Amino acid sequence: MVTPQIQTSQLNLWFGKNHVLHDVSIPIHAHQVTAMIGPSGCGKSTLLRCFNRMNDLIPDTRIEGQVTLGGMDIYAPKTDVTSIRARVGMVFQKPNPFPKSIFNNVAFGLQIKGGLTKPKIQERVEESLKAAWLWDEVKDRLKSSAMALSGGQQQRLCIARALANRPDVLLLDEPTSALDPQSTAKIEELCLELKKSVTILIVTHNVAQAGRISDHTAFMYLGELVEFDRTDKMFTVPADKRTEAYLTGVFG
Amino acid sequence: MNRRKTWNALGTGILSATLLATFPFLLIFLAQMFYKGFAVLSPEFLLSAPREAMTAGGIFPALIGTFLLTALSILIALPLGILTAIWMNNYGKPVWLIRILRIAINTLAGTPSIIFGLFGMAAFVNIMGLDVSLLAGGLTLAILALPVIINNTEEALRTVPADFRDASLALGATTRQTISRVLLPTALPNILTGAIISVGRVAGETAPIMFTAATFYSRRLPGSLSDEVMALPYHIYALMTEGTHPDEQVPIAYGTALVLLLLVLLVSAVAIFIRYSIRRKRQW
Repeated sequence: MVTPQIQTSQLNLWFGKNHVLHDVSIPIHAHQVTAMIGPSGCGKSTLLRCFNRMNDLIPDTRIEGQVTLGGMDIYAPKTDVTSIRARVGMVFQKPNPFPKSIFNNVAFGLQIKGGLTKPKIQERVEESLKAAWLWDEVKDRLKSSAMALSGGQQQRLCIARALANRPDVLLLDEPTSALDPQSTAKIEELCLELKKSVTILIVTHNVAQAGRISDHTAFMYLGELVEFDRTDKMFTVPADKRTEAYLTGVFG
Repeated sequence: MNRRKTWNALGTGILSATLLATFPFLLIFLAQMFYKGFAVLSPEFLLSAPREAMTAGGIFPALIGTFLLTALSILIALPLGILTAIWMNNYGKPVWLIRILRIAINTLAGTPSIIFGLFGMAAFVNIMGLDVSLLAGGLTLAILALPVIINNTEEALRTVPADFRDASLALGATTRQTISRVLLPTALPNILTGAIISVGRVAGETAPIMFTAATFYSRRLPGSLSDEVMALPYHIYALMTEGTHPDEQVPIAYGTALVLLLLVLLVSAVAIFIRYSIRRKRQW
């Protein structure tokens, strides 16, 4: 078995006095899609945000345990948070392009990092937009505002924006919950294509979506990782009764 | 007719009536200003200095003085206010310190302007030895404008959706980059609109410059920051209270008041226009 790209061990997280994650140990394998499912408030989004340290932004957050990315402890005191976030891209639930041009949205990560020439940035923007299946739709209007795009296009733009940093990992936090079925289908297909070059973690409310696109699935409940297994296995013979109940819609 | 409809009609009626009730006052006020002030208004009135013990001539030095005082104070208060607001909004720690600062700022915003005048005289004119000067007046007006600019900038920064900040940070931007490349550009139009409105307020203030900058009568324009200046609001005050020839001077005071009013209206109109064009373009 290959070494996992991301590994958490005994991860605990508190928001103030609220104990949100309990002893979560999970391996995330490279070039796979890992889905995280569970009822609202189970901690799946919070766990996702541990991987790029976005929880740091919430006051009174306390974390114990370890998260490693390619063997490196990302919560070690000397770790540079910005370099972690450049390596671990994130796409949010609601499409959130900047009120800038399409080009400047995608180029943002490269511009802040600096050190790239203009032609190089242009090249990378094109590469990222192509990778996010958006290039053909926007190549003639790179200078117009990203806000004029449709919801599905905006979400693919956000994916392109994250890809421009050439990340190792892409975190998707319910990326299709604000989109129509067609846009959703497109993003699901895109995930299957993207996993060739980047490791994907997706939080979803939609069990069927997890079944369609993920290789591994993690089921979380009340802040605990109840079950983690190959998706085909978990969806046919879940090991835990709670997983079975959730998958069959007894609660959720 | 059911009761809810009756109450609704009554409530709407009362609200409309109160709104309409304010209009006559505004109209009477404006009519009065125009009627009494328009008579003396002329290019010569705007572009010449007062003559014959302020019974004739124009208001050019006061116009320039008000322009300089306002520009100087905004030039000082705007960067300071914006930086303060950014700090309070993004870096400010600990929470209790921010809370105290906010109370202080709001207290300053509600302080009568004459108190600023006294403070300016004590701090700038006497202790710092700036004498009654353009600089002392500009500093005093800057302190007056500061709380307004800080509150307005904070408000503008708060209206930037948190999504934008999250997106920027998640791409590996530092807090500083997020502020300079996402937060500020997004909030800037609103910040500037607020700044322009505070220009209007500063231009009309009399009390803060009374002891710090304004002079009763000067035929020449200020040559440096340490010169005394004439200013429109103080000119009105002087003509109405200390004039010895009310027959000639009261019309000049009304003319000056009309000019000041038109200037402030013009500045507000610019702000409203900017805000309107932003709202039309904004897409989030």
